[in-house]
Amino acid sequence: MRLKLEPRPVASKWMGYASPLIAAGLTVIAAFILFGALGKNPLLALYTFAIQPLTSLYGLAELAIKATPLVLCALGLSVGFRGNVWNIGAEGQLTVGAICGGGVALWAFGNEGWWLLPAMIVAGALGGMAYGAIPAVLKNRFNANEILTSLMLTYVSIQFLGYLVTGPWRDPEGFNFPQTRLFDTEYGSLPILLEGTRLHAGVFLAVAAVIVIWVLMSRTFTGFQIEVGGQAPHAAAYAGYSQKRVVLLSFLIGGGLAGLAGLSEVAGSIGQLQPVISPGYGFAAIIVAFLGRLHPLGVLFASLLMSLMYIGGESLQMNLNLPLAVTGVFQGLLLFFVLGSDVLIRYRITLGSGRREAQV
Amino acid sequence: MDGIDTAVAIAAGTMRAGTPLVLAALGELITEKSGVLNLGIEGMMLVGAVSGFIVTVLTGSVYLGVCAAIIAGMLMSLIFGVLTLSMMTNQVASGLALTIFGVGLSAFMGINYVGTPIAGLKPIAIPVLSDVPVIGPVLFNQDLLVYASYLLFFAIAWFLYRTRWGLILRAVGETHDAAHAIGHPVILIRYLAVMFGGAMAGLSGAYLSLVYTPQWAENMSAGRGWIALALVVFATWRPGRVLLGAYLFGGITILSLHVQALGYNVSSHLIATLPYLATIVVLVIISRDITKIKLNAPASLGRPFHPTL
Repeated sequence: MRLKLEPRPVASKWMGYASPLIAAGLTVIAAFILFGALGKNPLLALYTFAIQPLTSLYGLAELAIKATPLVLCALGLSVGFRGNVWNIGAEGQLTVGAICGGGVALWAFGNEGWWLLPAMIVAGALGGMAYGAIPAVLKNRFNANEILTSLMLTYVSIQFLGYLVTGPWRDPEGFNFPQTRLFDTEYGSLPILLEGTRLHAGVFLAVAAVIVIWVLMSRTFTGFQIEVGGQAPHAAAYAGYSQKRVVLLSFLIGGGLAGLAGLSEVAGSIGQLQPVISPGYGFAAIIVAFLGRLHPLGVLFASLLMSLMYIGGESLQMNLNLPLAVTGVFQGLLLFFVLGSDVLIRYRITLGSGRREAQV
Repeated sequence: MDGIDTAVAIAAGTMRAGTPLVLAALGELITEKSGVLNLGIEGMMLVGAVSGFIVTVLTGSVYLGVCAAIIAGMLMSLIFGVLTLSMMTNQVASGLALTIFGVGLSAFMGINYVGTPIAGLKPIAIPVLSDVPVIGPVLFNQDLLVYASYLLFFAIAWFLYRTRWGLILRAVGETHDAAHAIGHPVILIRYLAVMFGGAMAGLSGAYLSLVYTPQWAENMSAGRGWIALALVVFATWRPGRVLLGAYLFGGITILSLHVQALGYNVSSHLIATLPYLATIVVLVIISRDITKIKLNAPASLGRPFHPTL
């Protein structure tokens, strides 16, 4: 006797909802074991990681702040993943969005006005879109693998940001620190929503994006075409839907949203450009997209969970002196568990005899 | 005379910079030839690098470190194998997961080892051969792992095209249904290929942390795993071209270092973008010819196999 996977006649809808929960549960179990192995009280560590951050208003605001870029990036990626377009470069598109939005703020230095923030937002989104368009065009025109090109462009953009903040855009009064001037607090920053917290208006961008992407994917013909292109490429070709258009569109949407995420980070939480503006939100968004079942609402919930992992990691570091890298380990484990439990949607586990049965 | 010395130094440096790419890309070549696309090279390299480093610090033996890196890479690839081969998950997503996990795990494992100094592998000159002018110092005054990469290259090329098992491996990668029908254990062969790829990625990681820059730093592979992946495509799945491509990239890395040494006032950040930009350019040039890619890529690449009988 051994465990065997047997295809289900119809994909299980119930498992579709259950599998992210199974994955989250398995991650908690793994966390329990890991904390124990590190010589910490697992219950206390788990409390510090997952519950303590949520017990204050400040903590809840931080949850929303960190979820904002994750929602934005993951929404864009989920559109692409549905269409079988693998944009892995959200981190780079986020960086370019931050550079473009921040560039507008720096360019306006001394002449700020009410128009500045809208201009920064537009510049951030357009910058991300333009950067996202590069892998799409290379894919459509030259058949270049978009996974590799979008990832290479991420490395390029991070180095370019490093060049800007240590070179031409360095704050002339900044004692040679690698950072730019601070953006204007009145016109060049996203306003704070809650006194006493850092919660800024970037969350509105995230919520708006959830609604727009939901409408796009479930209520428009374009969304349908993306879906068909991903699930049944031959049917899409037969129906005359252009896969090239799907590739370009996915990258424009993904890049634009990631660009907004970058802008929201520098105009909201950070207030200037510096060498590091994201602790890997663009990569974590890949996990978020899968955990959220590539559905806008799912992505929203998954982002909150992922955001909790970031602040939980910080909480562990402060309170229990555990390294921040724990977050990365949990992120990876979570994605493994999501992918693993998704198998149960299409297959069921049966006890079969080890041998192949003879066919009649 | 000075010019020749510099050229020899650059060429010898190119060999060293290219070696981690040769190792990782040859491993991925075998994996892909069996029909499996593992995007987790970067993660396996990092875990290999940190494991090798830790074991070297603890035991004082670089050789044990290298073994540990190989085993660590193999274990990482086994996770990927179980997910994609036994549980039939999406290979692209699982490979990404492996990289994300590897980046996190290696940072976590190495937290107390950042900045610890070790004595890395030293070059060993091969008698007679290393005395040949120009070629000698470039090819035969290197460390053991560079020599190992030469041997592995010939072994892999011979295995793939001159042995029965190489033929079976390629058959599994081209049409897994036919290979299954004539009785070859498709899943087992793919497991072995994936684990070989993992071992090579681990070895490549060991080269980085024990030889190339004998120290551990978070994310020290800096995208080399992804460049290795791109190399397999450039090479249109042929070992000889993998070797050429890897040294080409090693050369670009070394030349960009020399640009600064020569006193040109260019931002180090901008120079650091060159290998990535070069990857994109070469990828575009090679991929442009769709027929060539289609003719050479293993036909079952990335397709899961579920035996119906």
